Amino acid sequence: MQQVLEKVKAPKGGSKKSSFPKETWLTWYETMLRIRRFEERSLMMYSQQKIRGFCHVYIGQEAIAAGLVSALRKEDALITAYRAHGIALAKGLSSKECMAELFGKATGCVGGKGGSMHFFSAEHKFFGGNGIVGAQIPIGAGIAFAEKYKGTDNLCVTMFGDGAARQGALYESFNMAMTWKLPALFICENNQYAMGTSVARTSNVQDLYKIGAAFDMPSEAVDGMDPEEVHNALDRAAKHIRSGKGPYFLEIKTYRYKGHSVSDPGKYRTKDELQAYMDIDPLKLTEEKILKNKIATDAEIQSIKDKIKAEIEEATQFAEDSPLPIAADLYTDNYVENDYPYVRD
Amino acid sequence: MALKLLLRDGLREAMIEEMRIDENVFLMGEEVAEYNGAYKVSKGMLEEFGAKRVIDTPIAELGFAGIGVGAAMNGLRPIVEFMTWNFAVLAFDQIVNNAAKTLSQSAGQFKCPIVFRGPSGSAGQLAQQHSQTFESWLGNVPGVKVISCVDPIEAKGLMKAAIRDENPVCVMESEVFYAMELEITDDGKRTYSFGGKKFEADGLMPQDGEDVIVPIGKAAIRRAGTDVTIVTFNKMVFVALEAAELLKAEGISAEVIDLRTIRPLDHDTILESVKKTNRLVIVDESWPMFGVASEIAYQIQKYGFDHLDAPVTRVNSADTNLGYSSVFVEEYLPNAQKVAEAVKNVMYVK
Repeated sequence: MQQVLEKVKAPKGGSKKSSFPKETWLTWYETMLRIRRFEERSLMMYSQQKIRGFCHVYIGQEAIAAGLVSALRKEDALITAYRAHGIALAKGLSSKECMAELFGKATGCVGGKGGSMHFFSAEHKFFGGNGIVGAQIPIGAGIAFAEKYKGTDNLCVTMFGDGAARQGALYESFNMAMTWKLPALFICENNQYAMGTSVARTSNVQDLYKIGAAFDMPSEAVDGMDPEEVHNALDRAAKHIRSGKGPYFLEIKTYRYKGHSVSDPGKYRTKDELQAYMDIDPLKLTEEKILKNKIATDAEIQSIKDKIKAEIEEATQFAEDSPLPIAADLYTDNYVENDYPYVRD
Repeated sequence: MALKLLLRDGLREAMIEEMRIDENVFLMGEEVAEYNGAYKVSKGMLEEFGAKRVIDTPIAELGFAGIGVGAAMNGLRPIVEFMTWNFAVLAFDQIVNNAAKTLSQSAGQFKCPIVFRGPSGSAGQLAQQHSQTFESWLGNVPGVKVISCVDPIEAKGLMKAAIRDENPVCVMESEVFYAMELEITDDGKRTYSFGGKKFEADGLMPQDGEDVIVPIGKAAIRRAGTDVTIVTFNKMVFVALEAAELLKAEGISAEVIDLRTIRPLDHDTILESVKKTNRLVIVDESWPMFGVASEIAYQIQKYGFDHLDAPVTRVNSADTNLGYSSVFVEEYLPNAQKVAEAVKNVMYVK
């Protein structure tokens, strides 16, 4: 952990002029702010029991979502695990349909059928929202397989945590993805804790990007607290994949400020460790950089803040006002046909 | 139309015909391509369709089942072969947690039109890990359909229906019965041959040039009878037909129903037969507890109670792990004698 922190704390020429245009910086900022405020509201609504079940928030990891927005194409597919809110918003799902889903409402992105862990959107090529640790890794390889089979120029981003990196499914999928040169971008969001268990306690090799070496898969570690770094790494990976050379693996080192889920107080880590990461908070640092380097004005930043505040307010109201699904919907979508249920009582 | 067809050839014809008409259908699994299939079901398919569509995988059931699920979610129609369903246990996360749930979780946005296929059931002295029957396991899962049929031409028709189906379909075949032959003669006689035994079996009579499709969810009556209904599936149909011959010699007329599909189950065909015969014996190669036979017994006691003249009786594989020795195999599996005995019990004859 200490090593990671030293790496991410190292000065990266914050005062140096960025090569990215103003729009990109503001996209990053807006994406991260939307996710932060959405997740803060989710926690508040959870405490009011408007949201139930398991709820895993993305706070602290937003720079990864920001990089995904700027570095990839809308046509690229994406699949992730159950910490899905931030990634879904980054992929283009609206705050309204996401908040309504958390409320279990009929207007949610999956009509109240998925909840926090299972957001989906065919329109945005967002393939979920998977609740089984590591199950999305072979599925992501399969989504990439279909893109290659159909002869498109698209890739599939498959995201998973440090816990999933030690599931057998990863090794099977990495092998086939490399053997078949699938357009697959694998991203391990290493937030350093698989629920309450640190990577150090369960993994002999703690630099998880090294897993790729056994498959000859190009792999690198990335500072996940900086959207610029994330963007650059994603851009390198996407170029490699689109050139037909096959998969790429990024271990993006990040940190979640909250517990594994809402019910987790996070007692397995120190306050100092948490504070050290909050000191390099991507949202705060990005805002500082934008202002310090005069990429945008105070007024422009303020207008983004106002916009997001209103958006989250509206999303919450929308979720609150929306109808619940009807009980009969319990029996739909098990099969494409509607002759269900099969059994009489 | 006169016909001679082995089960393995029927299954292959189904895959080939569907792959010819739909570019998005492909086959993947262990040894399916260059080796021509562990049981030669996919023989010649690599040659016709090439390595893009007939794909040898590493031994990684979880991984390639998941790749199939992802490909299906993203617009393709994979056929995933398991060398046996025993090995598919490694892939149950993808079948049960993903293929079966994708449509529901996404509220209908992502379909998963995939076929998982391979042999299920005992295939001789293969001992504990290679002899299991999976119809009951998967028949319990909302979101998948389960087919289990060894009639060569109907298995072909069901396989074609499975490939065209928009949902995940698990197809249970039979290692030993891949070699069962169906012969249809010009006079319309339909005969199964296996292991030196032959039994007449009613069923589909394909017309010349017919695109054979058998709808999922419908049972078939293999042999009409009046005294007792024997409901069964997969290779136990052959056992039931043999039992029916033994019973005929004793003046008992047995009706044999082949379920063909396990999920959804064709309750109506069973119930109609029981209304006629008033007696039901279920022959199910699965273990007895919580299985296909139990579900049918429940349905018939609930909806056919007034028509029953005897308790519903089941003949299952023994509730134990199957050991290697031939003595154990004989003791474990249902056979014609055990089925005939069960029938005589529900007929109250010695």
